[in-house]
Amino acid sequence: MSGEPTARQTEEVLDLARPEAASRPSADGPLLEVRDLRVRFTRGGRVVNAVNGLSYTLGAGEMLAIIGESGSGKSVSTRALMGLLPPSAQVTGSARFEGTELIGMPEKQMRAWRGAKIAMVFQDPARSLNPTMRIGAQIVEAIRTHSDMSKKDAADRAVELLKLVRLPAAERRFYEYPHQLSGGMRQRVVIAIALASEPRLLIADEATTALDVTTQAQIMELLVELQQRLGTAVIMISHDLGLAASYAQKVVVMYAGRAVEYATAEKLFANVRMPYTRALLGAIPLLDRKTHELLPVIPGQPPDPAALPKGCAFRPRCDVATDRCLEPPALEEHEPGHWWACWHPAGGDGDTAGARTGGEADEVTVGSARQVKDGA
Amino acid sequence: MTMTMARERDAEKLLEVRNIVQEFAVRGPGGVKGAKVHAVSDVSFDMWRGETLGVVGETGSGKSTLARSIIQAPRPKSGEVRFLGTDLMKLGRRALTEARRQMQMVYQDPYGSLDPRWTVLELVEEPLLGYKVGTKAQRRERACELLDLVGMDPGVFGRRRPHELSGGQCQRVAIARAIALNPALIVCDEAVASLDVLIQAQVLNLFERLRTELGLSYLFISHDLALVKQVSDRVAVMHLGQLVEVGPSEELYRRPLHPYTSALLNSIPGLDPATGKVRRPTAPKGEPPSPINPPSGCRFRTRCPLAQERCAQEVPRLRELFPGHQVACHFPLATPGGASANGTASASADGATGTASGAAGASANGAATAGDAARS
Repeated sequence: MSGEPTARQTEEVLDLARPEAASRPSADGPLLEVRDLRVRFTRGGRVVNAVNGLSYTLGAGEMLAIIGESGSGKSVSTRALMGLLPPSAQVTGSARFEGTELIGMPEKQMRAWRGAKIAMVFQDPARSLNPTMRIGAQIVEAIRTHSDMSKKDAADRAVELLKLVRLPAAERRFYEYPHQLSGGMRQRVVIAIALASEPRLLIADEATTALDVTTQAQIMELLVELQQRLGTAVIMISHDLGLAASYAQKVVVMYAGRAVEYATAEKLFANVRMPYTRALLGAIPLLDRKTHELLPVIPGQPPDPAALPKGCAFRPRCDVATDRCLEPPALEEHEPGHWWACWHPAGGDGDTAGARTGGEADEVTVGSARQVKDGA
Repeated sequence: MTMTMARERDAEKLLEVRNIVQEFAVRGPGGVKGAKVHAVSDVSFDMWRGETLGVVGETGSGKSTLARSIIQAPRPKSGEVRFLGTDLMKLGRRALTEARRQMQMVYQDPYGSLDPRWTVLELVEEPLLGYKVGTKAQRRERACELLDLVGMDPGVFGRRRPHELSGGQCQRVAIARAIALNPALIVCDEAVASLDVLIQAQVLNLFERLRTELGLSYLFISHDLALVKQVSDRVAVMHLGQLVEVGPSEELYRRPLHPYTSALLNSIPGLDPATGKVRRPTAPKGEPPSPINPPSGCRFRTRCPLAQERCAQEVPRLRELFPGHQVACHFPLATPGGASANGTASASADGATGTASGAAGASANGAATAGDAARS
């Protein structure tokens, strides 16, 4: 099946929820609708295209994972929604949250939204907290910023929140400082702060990357529980496909600032179409793999966002690329609910990333040698 | 089995570690009273030539301290580290420097381990210069050779400085430095943890290639269990400064004996790239205890689903239950006779053992069954 441009074009895409619902700014429409989001940084005459036309929709209470390597624009795209980018960033496109346009919203208005409706949890819990303030005071501060609750009520609510995120001995922890907590406990506190004003959307930017596998599983379980109990939608940014597959309902795979594949997690991982996604999947060390078996690798490095290759950005590293790839493929709905941007998508079920496992040693070596020569 | 193979093939032991203890003093509240962090407590293991030993555990389990104790930086409090027949603990400064020629380290942060003002060629020549190997021209020639070996073109990269390289390229330079003196042992402390998954696969393959070409041994430290399995003949699991399980990697992952190993395995988010099938991780309860005041008896008992009276009173010793497979637990998940603390656990674990390890999913499922049964 080739990528004939039979499907709708990018401009109209990605209403996995139907378009008529999307146009209505009501509760039953999508919570967040991002269309053709672009972020460009200009620094000393150098133009860096960090995000190049990203679109997706997120329903209330859904969990969406954005997957990609460093520099693929996954964090920048969510920070653009929150208005957290420096003034040097030019943000264009549209991001409608409950029908309200977020891009270009005046800073004053944004301040009221940020934290109240959309909250964010970052990678490093130690740096998200103020080391000189007791954690209780930090949560109370977050609560009182967005409501006119009394100090007493806010303190009660803070303890409630600490219990909600399952921090053991919440009453005692209320009076402790961040350094007295472990990494996992700190991340729970950060999540409690994020939940202080009952946001509709929680963005977790690599929120579990700095944690141990055991703690990671605990925090992810907590996020899923909150998502189900409070109906909070979650955007989870990660480089870990396994993590995304385990928890998210929808997955966007990003490469060089573009979405290259987008589907429900079930559909995507059952039938990966984009060669880049397959490469990512193939490169994960797995428990099922034999010791000393070589991993299937692709040569090269992600492109410099200041000098993107012509056409498909993945073309220089792709083993099925042809001249046709000099023309950029659009992200289209090739199968119901499964979008991808590729002229030569991978075939049926039998031919998956696993089949390429452990290509001959020489081949792999040549690949990695070439990598460095190409790399800049 | 790999261990017995190693024994038959070559009785030469590379490294014998006996009862090493490393403790650090910390200042208590107020900065006066001294407390002790029990970083490594009574750890013993052997490594044979050409073998890769993986060390896994959570943050703070003493993995890195163990590695540093082996290379005597700093010297452990007590114990014996026999490397190629000499006890490193008894060596003077000069003799130790000479012995370290045979053991090199690769660290996690690729930028932090390279001097930013030096060129790549200078960096790779440095170990040769430090041990006064050859003339200036010979050293330059050897440095070029080494760069070729790690897949970097000396003509392109020789004159560059670390900031002009990507993370993966920096790690290749660090590896070139490590192999410059033809060491017998390379200690990799989270050497690929900071790299993106595709670059990580390239570097892992490089490690694998160098192992076969140069006959290297690795002590491979990581918190990522799947990654450790990929490279290791044997795996040692550390918990709070103690070894809780050591065994051949295939067997250890297929049939974990210690409840902690099983808990670690269960918290990995799993994804089968061939079918896209997902294994949802299960999180263990509770926080890791403090290394300043570890629990009496078995240090895992506070989080262990199988803990009983005896675990609080008696410290479990590392004992060999299956050939080459040791565990420190009073109630291991499986025993040779089939009698175990938990009949179901042992039965399902044995069932998993029967299936060929090549079958995809067998190992992960086996681990999950054993763990689930243990938890119930």
